[in-house]
Amino acid sequence: MKRVGEVHSSNYLLAKFHDLVDWAVNSSRANSLWPMPFGTACCAIEFMATAASRFDFARFGMERQAFSPRQADVLICAGRLPFKLAPVIRRIYDQMPQPKWVISMGACASTGGIFDNYSMVQGIDTIVPVDVYVPGCPPRPEGLLYGILLLHKKIKGESLFDAVRRRDEQPLDEKGLRLPPETIDEISEPFGNSIHQFRSS
Amino acid sequence: MIPGALREAVARDGETIVYVPREHLLETMTWLKETPGQEYDYLVDVTAVEFRDRERPLEVVYFLRSLQRKADLRVKVELESAGELSVDSVVGLWRGADWLEREVYDMFGITFTGHPDLRRILMWETYAEGYPLRKSFPLRGRFSRAEQVRQALNANPEAHYSMEELSIAEAGGDLPDDMRERLRRGERGVIPEPPRNP
Repeated sequence: MKRVGEVHSSNYLLAKFHDLVDWAVNSSRANSLWPMPFGTACCAIEFMATAASRFDFARFGMERQAFSPRQADVLICAGRLPFKLAPVIRRIYDQMPQPKWVISMGACASTGGIFDNYSMVQGIDTIVPVDVYVPGCPPRPEGLLYGILLLHKKIKGESLFDAVRRRDEQPLDEKGLRLPPETIDEISEPFGNSIHQFRSS
Repeated sequence: MIPGALREAVARDGETIVYVPREHLLETMTWLKETPGQEYDYLVDVTAVEFRDRERPLEVVYFLRSLQRKADLRVKVELESAGELSVDSVVGLWRGADWLEREVYDMFGITFTGHPDLRRILMWETYAEGYPLRKSFPLRGRFSRAEQVRQALNANPEAHYSMEELSIAEAGGDLPDDMRERLRRGERGVIPEPPRNP
């Protein structure tokens, strides 16, 4: 945790104005994240378990799930994303007000997972920028909670006054892509067991 | 039975499989549905098979069931993959064949003549890479990943549905009377009157 200032006696605190504002704003943001669940597959079941009473992510400020992107801070993509849903998640992301963050939950959302085929997006980071990747197939609720805590850490490290420590959302380029085509091809390359299958087979 | 309609009948694994030439499919299906003693009133599934052996023809498979007689029957039509991939649609006999045939069309590119609304159903309508379940289709698709992402992001999600599918007013005329009556009473909201054809 970043040190904000020095307490000199019980009466006053000496701190830089920027640090104090960042601390106040980031603590508020991190501790009341409203998630927008985008559950497409089995990860959504673990997501629901995380939301329910046993694991209960309301303990970390996610009391209210926003089923409208207009009122959400963090988009949680729980499950594989087919190409048919790519424009849908992009539109949901575009509709969320800034600042906004994205958690990619599970192997399929992060890399395409076992679905290295014609219909599946090979990692949602080719569609929307991702802040935290949670591995697992599906991840246990503890895994998602750890990812949420990592996101808290990331948010608390941002700064309103330092553009390097804050990433502003970029719209799609003139080709309608988020990344250059070469980058998309490169991160979509098969890995693991998939490398034994040729593109043409 | 219709002369020339039965090419071959096989009983295998407790299932009866009947091979029918393409030109006799519709009359055979009508016969199977409407003849007393046959009464195959339920079409369970329509699917297709392409074999690894490229010599073998594609098969369109119909799973029939008679709810009255508790009997099952499989009907197969063989199509040469080099020839024209089309069979007659059976939507006129079983309304449920509508989406099943659309799925076979989407995945295999087999056209069903006489189908009222033959569009892709799983892939989006502007999908240009071909028919994914054909053996000649590469596992990861024909285009590069970047091109696939570009096409997907530039697709208009609303364009996946026809205006009829988006409109309750249009669907109203297709609903059975008792459901329309329930809807009119307000149990599940109000249904507008279907548009009248001039």
